[in-house]
Order: sequence, then C-alpha cells, then structure tokens
Amino acid sequence: MPSKTRVVTTINGEETEFLCEPRQSLLECLRDVLGLTGTKEGCNDGNCGACTVMLDGRIVTSCLVLGVEAQGSQITTVEGIAAGQELDPLQQAFLEGAALQCGICTPGFLVAAKALLGREPNPSEERIRFWLANNLCRCTGYDKIIRSIQKVAADRQGANT
Amino acid sequence: MAGGTDALVHLRAGRSDTNVIVDIKKIPELMETKFDPLTGLTLGAAVPCHQIYENTAVQSAFPGLIDSTSLIGGIQIQGRASVGGNLCNAAPSADAIPILIAYEVTCLIAGPEGRRKVAVEDFCTRPGKNILEEDEILVSLHFPPPEKNSGANYLRFIPRNEMDIAVVGVGVKVVIKNDTFKSARVALASVAPTPLFVREAGAILTGQPVSDASINKAAQIAKAAAKPITDMRGTTEYRKHLCEVLTRRSLQTAIARARGDQS
Amino acid sequence: MSTQSYEPNMVLSKKQYKVLGTRPVRHDGADKVTGRAIYGADIQLTGLLHGAILRSPHAHARIKSVDTSKAESLPGVKAVTTSEDFPEVGNKIAPSGAGGAGPAPLKKVQSNILAMDKVLYKGHAIAAVAATNIHVAQEAIGLIDVEYEVLPPVLTAPDAMGKDAPILHDDLKTIELGEQTNTVSNISSHYQFKLGDVDKGFKKADIVIEREFDTSTVHQGYIEPHAGTALWNNDGRIQIWCSTQGSFTVRSVTALVLDLPESSIKVTPLEIGGGFGGKIPVYLDPVAALLSKKSGKPVKIVMGRQDVLEGSGPTPGSHIKVKIGATKDGNLVAAQASLAFEAGAYPGAMVIPAGMCVFAAYDIKDVIVDGYDVVVNKPSTAAYRAPGAPNAAFATETVIDEIAQELQIDPIDFRRKNAATEGTRRADGPKHQRIGCTELLEAMEGHPHYQSPLEGPNRGRGVAIGYWFNVGLQSSCTISVNPDGTVALVEGSTDIGGTRTSISMQAAEVLGLQVQDVQPTVVDTDSVGYTDLTGGSRVTYSTGMAAIQAAEDVKQQMIGRVAKLWETEPDQVEFSDGTFRAKSDPGKQLSFKEVAAKAASTGGPIVGRAAVNPSSAGGSFAGNIVDVEVDPETGKTTVLRFTAFQDAGKAIHPSYVEGQMQGGSVQGIGWALNEEYYMTPDGVMANSSLLDYRTPTSLDLPMIDTVIVEVANPGHPFGVRGVGEANIIPPTPALANAIHNALGIRLRKLPMNPVKVMEAIWAKDGSN
Repeated sequence: MPSKTRVVTTINGEETEFLCEPRQSLLECLRDVLGLTGTKEGCNDGNCGACTVMLDGRIVTSCLVLGVEAQGSQITTVEGIAAGQELDPLQQAFLEGAALQCGICTPGFLVAAKALLGREPNPSEERIRFWLANNLCRCTGYDKIIRSIQKVAADRQGANT
Repeated sequence: MAGGTDALVHLRAGRSDTNVIVDIKKIPELMETKFDPLTGLTLGAAVPCHQIYENTAVQSAFPGLIDSTSLIGGIQIQGRASVGGNLCNAAPSADAIPILIAYEVTCLIAGPEGRRKVAVEDFCTRPGKNILEEDEILVSLHFPPPEKNSGANYLRFIPRNEMDIAVVGVGVKVVIKNDTFKSARVALASVAPTPLFVREAGAILTGQPVSDASINKAAQIAKAAAKPITDMRGTTEYRKHLCEVLTRRSLQTAIARARGDQS
Repeated sequence: MSTQSYEPNMVLSKKQYKVLGTRPVRHDGADKVTGRAIYGADIQLTGLLHGAILRSPHAHARIKSVDTSKAESLPGVKAVTTSEDFPEVGNKIAPSGAGGAGPAPLKKVQSNILAMDKVLYKGHAIAAVAATNIHVAQEAIGLIDVEYEVLPPVLTAPDAMGKDAPILHDDLKTIELGEQTNTVSNISSHYQFKLGDVDKGFKKADIVIEREFDTSTVHQGYIEPHAGTALWNNDGRIQIWCSTQGSFTVRSVTALVLDLPESSIKVTPLEIGGGFGGKIPVYLDPVAALLSKKSGKPVKIVMGRQDVLEGSGPTPGSHIKVKIGATKDGNLVAAQASLAFEAGAYPGAMVIPAGMCVFAAYDIKDVIVDGYDVVVNKPSTAAYRAPGAPNAAFATETVIDEIAQELQIDPIDFRRKNAATEGTRRADGPKHQRIGCTELLEAMEGHPHYQSPLEGPNRGRGVAIGYWFNVGLQSSCTISVNPDGTVALVEGSTDIGGTRTSISMQAAEVLGLQVQDVQPTVVDTDSVGYTDLTGGSRVTYSTGMAAIQAAEDVKQQMIGRVAKLWETEPDQVEFSDGTFRAKSDPGKQLSFKEVAAKAASTGGPIVGRAAVNPSSAGGSFAGNIVDVEVDPETGKTTVLRFTAFQDAGKAIHPSYVEGQMQGGSVQGIGWALNEEYYMTPDGVMANSSLLDYRTPTSLDLPMIDTVIVEVANPGHPFGVRGVGEANIIPPTPALANAIHNALGIRLRKLPMNPVKVMEAIWAKDGSN
C-alpha cells in the first residue's frame, strides 16, 4: 500500500490537515478524505470546471492539482462562500435568478464567479463569458447564470455610488 | 511537473509509466520572470500562464506571448499551466510553441553534465517527444529584446471559442522599416509531427514591401509547407486551407502592432 | 422567499392565479448553492468500497474467456463480478430494454449491464471490481485477462441494413410491419404509419422536394457522471442510492436482472446532476449490488467521463429521407419520410417517436412514414430530450424552408398556412387536441427579432418549429397537514430542474397557501406510491396533477372537519382563498391554519393522497428564430441572436420554464454545430473526452431570449403542458436554415461544423 503524505493547508479559512497518497488529486482529497463533497467531479481532466476551487487566490480545476501540492496553500471551496448562515449575494442571486436547474455545475460557477467579481467588479458580458468558458453547464444555456452575475455586479456598483 | 495540466492527464490515461513525479515549482529559477529591455526576457519554465499575461512588462514587450498564454485552456487551466510545460509536452498542436519560434527563443537546459542551450524550433523531436535527455530539465526560456518596429501575434483556429486544441495555429513576428519587411518569422501548429518553423515564409518577406501581395505569398508558402493529417479535429485539406487564412490574418495583426496601431 | 421582478416576455393566458406564475426561490435552493446537496457520487457510508468496471476495447468481439484471478488476489480487492453472477432468466421479457424503449428479452438487458458471450461496442461492460479505494479498483481491472475473438464492426444504419453486414445478434429476427419474420438481420423492426394515399397526394403537388440527411450520434452531456451505491444487507434486502431519472425503474430493473422480488429492494434517489433521458437506463446499480453481496460491504460505482461517453446511452445517429409536396400557392399536399435509426448494440432506438413527430406540426392529409430500428456496434442508445424528434425535424424543417424559398413565401407564413390545429391527424393516427402551433407561429412572426432587419455580410436568419407529444404516466403524491397549517408534500419524481417547487406551487394554489408553506420531499421507493420516471416532460404535468388531487383530497377532508365543527353537512361548507366559509352565513369562517390546529380533535391527522395515470398529455410546440454570421474563410458559425418560443400551456414557474427553453436550445445548438461521435473504422470513439466532444461553452453563445406562449392544455386543471423537451427540436434546422440564408449553402449532415461548412462553400464555388 503506497505510503501517505501529511498535508497541512487552510481550507475555507480553517487550518486543515489530511493524509493522502501522492496519486490522489486535490479534488479526491476534498471529497473523499475530507468529506467536502460540494466540489464535484465531471470529467477528471480539466475540461468541465465542476471541480473549480480557489487555490492561493487563483481558480483552478482541482482534478489537475495533486493533494500533496496543496501543502501550505489557501483553498476556498463552495462550502466557504456563504458567510455562516447568510448566503453570499452571488448565491442569493443564483437562486432568485434561477441560475441553476440540476445544480451540479453550480459550485464551480459560484467559485469562479466570486473570483471574477473579486478582481473585476464590473465585467462586461463578454468578459464574464470568457472567464467562465472553463465551466460547462448543460442545463441552463448559461443565460441566467450570466444575468445573475451581472445583477450582483450592478447591485454593488449601485451600492458604491 | 509544473502545472500538471498535461502531465496528470497523460498519467491517468496510461500514456506514461512514470512512478515518481518531482514538483519543480519550488525551484526559484524555474519560477522567475525577469525582463530587461536591453537583454530581453528570461521566463522560468514553470511560471504559470496567468503570471505571464498579468505581467505588464511582458504585455508591452511580447504581446504575442500574451496571445498564447491567454488561450491555453481556460482561466482555471491558466492558473496552473506553464509555457515551459506546454513546450516540454511537445504536442504538435501546442499553443505556446509557434510564438516562441517566432520570437527566436532559446531554451536553457540543465543536467548532470551542466547546462546547454537549444533553439526552441529544435526542442520538439516527434509528437509528444522533446530533446531533453532523461536526466535533464528545462530551466528557462530566453527571449531576445524586442526590436523597434516589431510586432508579433499568435492566432489559432478552434471550432468553439475557447477550451479547444488548435486545429491550426500560427505564430508570427515581423520587423518593419519604411513600410518594408526587415525580417519575419512564421511558425505553425497542428500541421506536422512537431511545431513547424516555416523559414521560407519569413524569408520571402525580407526586403519586400508590406502589401497584400507579399502577405499572400508568405501565406501560400506556409500552406505549401504544412503537412497536416486528417483527424477528429480537421481534414488535411481544411487544415492546409486554414494555414493560408490564418497566416495572412496573423501577419496583418503583427504588422498593425509593428506600426503601433494596436497592442 | 422573494421573487425577482422581470420584464414580461409572455403571451399570457387570461387567468390570474395567486401562486402559479410567480417565481419563488426553489425549496432545494440553499442546499444546492452551498454544496450541501447530496448527489449520486457524494454519498458516504461506513465501510464503503469503490467499484470500477472493465470495459471492452473492441467494438465487436466474441468473449472466449475471462480470467479474474489476478484481480482477485490484488491486496485491497474485496470482490469481483461478471455476468456469471447473474441468475439465469430464460426467456423472460423485461418491460423496457437496455436503452429504455419498449419490451426486450431480459437476458439482453442483463448483457448490456455485464456482457455475456459477446461484446457489442467499445466500452461494453464485462466485469467489475470492488476495492478499498478507487485507485486499487482501477489497478485491479487492468489485471483481468479477457480473450477476445475480434469481429468486424458495423457502424451506421445504412451499412448495418446492407446484405453483407456483420450481424450483431444471431437471434435477432426482423419484425416487419408488426409481423415476426424469420430473417436474421440487424434490422430489429420496420414500422409504417400511413394516412390517406401519398401517391395521389404527390400528384397534386406543383413542387416536390426530396432530400437525404445524416445525423451523428450525440450524447446528452449531463455534467454529472452516472453513480450508484448498493448495500446488500445480511437480511437479504438491497438498498440503493443513486442518481437516476426513475427510482422505481431502478428498482424494477434491478429486481428483474437479479431475479428478486421488488419488495427486497429500496431505491433512494439522490440529487441528480442532469439526465435528459440518459439516466433512465440502469447500468451500475445491479453491478454494485452484486459486488456488495460478495464483499459484505456497501459498494459505490461512479463512471468516469470516458465511460459515460462510451458506456452509457447516447442518442441514435440516423439516416433520413424526407419528401414533401406543395401546391404553388403554398399548400402542403403530401409527405413521405424514411427514418433509419442506429439503436446501438441492442434494439430500441426511439424511431417511433420520430415518426410520430416528423410531420406533426403540419396539416397534411396524405402521409407515409417508414421507420427502421437498426442495431450497430455503438453503445446501446437511450432517450435524449424529445428522442427521435430532433433528427426528424432537421430533415423536415429544412425541406420546408426550401419549399418556402422556391415558392417565395415567408417561411413563418408558409408554416402558419399549413399549421396543425385541433383535429389534425398525426401520422401515427391520433388527432391533435387543443394545441398552440398557430399561436406559436403568430408570436414568432410578430416578435421584434423577426421584425428587425439583419444587416452585414455573411449573416443569415433561420426559423424552424418542432412538436413533441409529451406523456402522462403514473405519479403518486401524499400531502400531510401539519398542526400549524403548513403542509408536507411527498412525491417520487426525481427533481432535475426545480420540479419539486413547481409541484408544490400547484398544491399551494389549490389550498390557498403560500408556496413556502408547502414543504416538498422527493422520497425513496418505500415511502411513496409508484411513480414513473422523470422524463417525457411529464413531472410538472402528471405529478403536478397528483399533487393537485392530493390537495383536493386534503381540502375535502378539511371541509368534513369544518362541517363537524359547525355541526352541519359538508355540502354546506365552501373553500376559497385559503378560507372555509359556511354557505348559509359567509361571515362564519375558519382559516386553513385554524382548521389544521383542530385536526386532532376533529378526527385525527389529515393526510391527502392521490395516484394518477393520465392517458395523454398536451403536446408542445417550440420554435426558433436565429441569426448567424458565418466566416466564409473558416466555415465557423457564430450565433448572433437566438429567440426561443414554446407553447408551455400555463407556465407554473416562468423562470424554470424559460430555463428549460434555454437549456434545450443550447443543447440543440451544440448538436447542430459541433457535437458528434467521431468514430474510427474500428468502431472506437476517437473524441471520448469533453475536450473533443464539444458542448457549447458560455463564450460560444449569446443570451437566449425566450417567449412563453400559454395555450392552456384542457387536460390539466391549470392548463399545464410539458415543457422540458420540445425546445431541443428546432435548433438544428433553424441553424441550417440560417446558414443557408447567410451563404446560400444547404447542409444536410450534422454536425454543421467548420470543416463541413467549408466543404459546402467549396462545393458551391466549384473551388478547391
């Protein structure tokens, strides 16, 4: 049996340690080792974005990161987006805007969208679409996802003026 | 392994029988980006794409490199994937290699015998194979300093708008003086077993006036040099056709950039 | 829960409702945006083992031997299974086959789950392993030795129908026009629909256009791979947790395949990450059950993406001929279609629905449709959103476009002239009930998109419409009244797109409650009456109907309680706006809450129940207007503007109706422009990953504007028509027509990818 490595990392603001084999992806570690099943597997080769997490301030497909590579990193998953009981404006906008149907791609989209609005508070539609091109959705046709993100950006602009 | 976005996929598909992976991202020299307008750009092999296209010095000095690094995969992939990795992966369709060839990049390789340099157009030897010996690693890529009145561009064709492997890709660099080509370099992706440096396409432009006629001639030479196959991404005939179209369009963009029309 | 303000985009039905037509936040919303919702692969159980499946590398081969001994002795492996572990089932017939369409020999259903003497497609499951982790399981399947006798594959319907085609099943004998023949072939069946006399009809035509089309195999493309977990308990009871479109289907197929009583199996449907028809067939659960039996532990099996593409059920590729005749003033007089569908490895292509729909949007008196269900060495096909109809519409709607163009009649006008109405007969016999085809076309014609000019070179506009009959099928529902006047609603329709909320809204409307006072749960097969699968655009319609009737039952029971309290007869009590009133004295009132609080003292718990099986459903029409720009140097099509129209009957929750329309439209766009199974001559799918199986990304699309046309379905108390499916039908022909409008080229093979468009341009120019 391959020996396991101890990884110490910060996940959703909390120091977390786990054991994993080198061949286990970060996605596998999150889901099967840590029980954080909010991040989903859709393809395991970086093409669908369902496994998107924030890793040291960048969004990545966690299926293509090894668990051991996360040593010392800061990770945010969908489980860390809400502020306790209160949903993040993006989560609320997705619900009110019906931006999810089956919901399997939603965690990936929320992490990606939050990363975008964190860097570019007022992105154009084209920019949003480009940013999200690595996140596949098969149910919604993306329309309501884009509109929900636009709404959050617009609300923030409104709040700031 | 740098970003792992190709390496892990190959491993899982059983295309590689590696037992040990060495994470090289903690080696400072491989993670550095150093630019000096007089000596050029030294790009560590493991620097991820996003760090490259967010680097303001690289944006103004090597816009063709920005083209490539913004196109590989999507935002998430660009958070990990590196130009060095794209080069070492040595796919004929690699999105970073044509522009490296156009920019006359030199590869710095380190091994137990010491260090050596290789012209980037010689780095890939066969589909998926590169010139590194088993005990060597790619350390960094060196870009000569940009010349005045030069412009470069990477342009590829894909069936969707992002995420696809290039059906055909073209990297070009031109240097223009008094509306004449002082020099030009053209390289193609996805039309040969390795990325293809089409010397003749660049040579035909040298000394020629910048015009549709000269551009078209270079595009025809690129088309003739291409030896594409038919596969799930395109037919031979279609790829050859695209070589001509994309070379022409890419040259036009590079020329505009050389003239300072757009960045 | 709040509602979002919206711009009206609907042709509204006249009736106003309190709850229906609003846009509440869905009940399962918080779980789904926080990552708490448990989908098929998320379930965790003590002692869980992970399963992996060995799949055939060959498209067609005899299995000479299977040696699992090395896999069994790998440390960490706890069980191995093959089809040897299936019980012998003789000649039993399963109600639905390997792909879910129509009755089939049970042995064939078993053999698609785990192959027996032959493998019939690359990816065909042969053996499975359960181990302590997924990596060990994957290593183990690499240690299973299979000896194959490789046979030549056949990959298209026309080839498989040919005289010298390799035969997949030497016990498959063609059913010819309803009669069993003795001919062994790859043609499982040939049916024919006939109206009038098509030869006479064509004689009346001034213009006859006959064209041939090919559509490629495409996959439903759900983002969540199949996942099933089973525990075969020490008491002989099997528990299954899975993502499925039909938990009762999983139960019955597992029972049949393992030759067990249905009562020994309990299926708990977990949240599901997309299905579109592809998660109706059963693949993993019986295998997980066998592994659990042999290991004594629960076993979870999750398909990888390549397995999904190669080992589940895509939709048939097809070869279609359509011939339509019209008079010069634009009346359609005759129509003929020949539909040859690839069923994949086992019979059951959805070629009959294709025949039902191919001309169903039009009033044509003389029609003949021939359909062929043909096996080929590809995965056994499954339903994909209005299965069969998109293939047929690609043909019909482009021929209609050609005729309209020849006759110089506006394409929407031409369709409206010939539109099916109530009483028009479909090719398969039934007459349309009240439908909204004409209203749909009127909405399209009057829309600003159609009225606005399209300017610029290489740009074109295309329109198309499509029809799907929708189904009813069985649903059960229970509503329990809580002492505080809220209610718990229990139903068994797995929720793929927000239906638990649309069902709750209907119950809330009947009971005069706010939607957040109705708490829905989708439950397991032990906890609710039989409920057919989620599909066929039936859930909001049929399970909604069950919820309405259960709510009516609650209402009647509460009327009885009020009568008791007022010491009068039930017929003296009426209910409206959430209040019970005495007919004789309108001032005498009790609210729903007040009556609920008195349940215990007036007779006990109030539990309403209903079970329905509507024999038909309201058909739905969908239409598209699409603008494209085609790059004439690369053949790439960019969708500039897209408007989707659909007659949904009463839209219960407009946001989710719009969402269905947008999702189906985008699947249609992918089908039209890029998606296909690129097969090598050996029968291997070369593009079996999401890198090269190209579904649309957000960057490939504009916003998808929607118009809901509400022509109430008289068969449903609120006028609901199923909306889930019809929207995938018009995009492929609408885009073909738009490309023609842009560049003057007609494409008759899907997908219309850049290579094909370029080849058509070259053919037209006579160049290259």
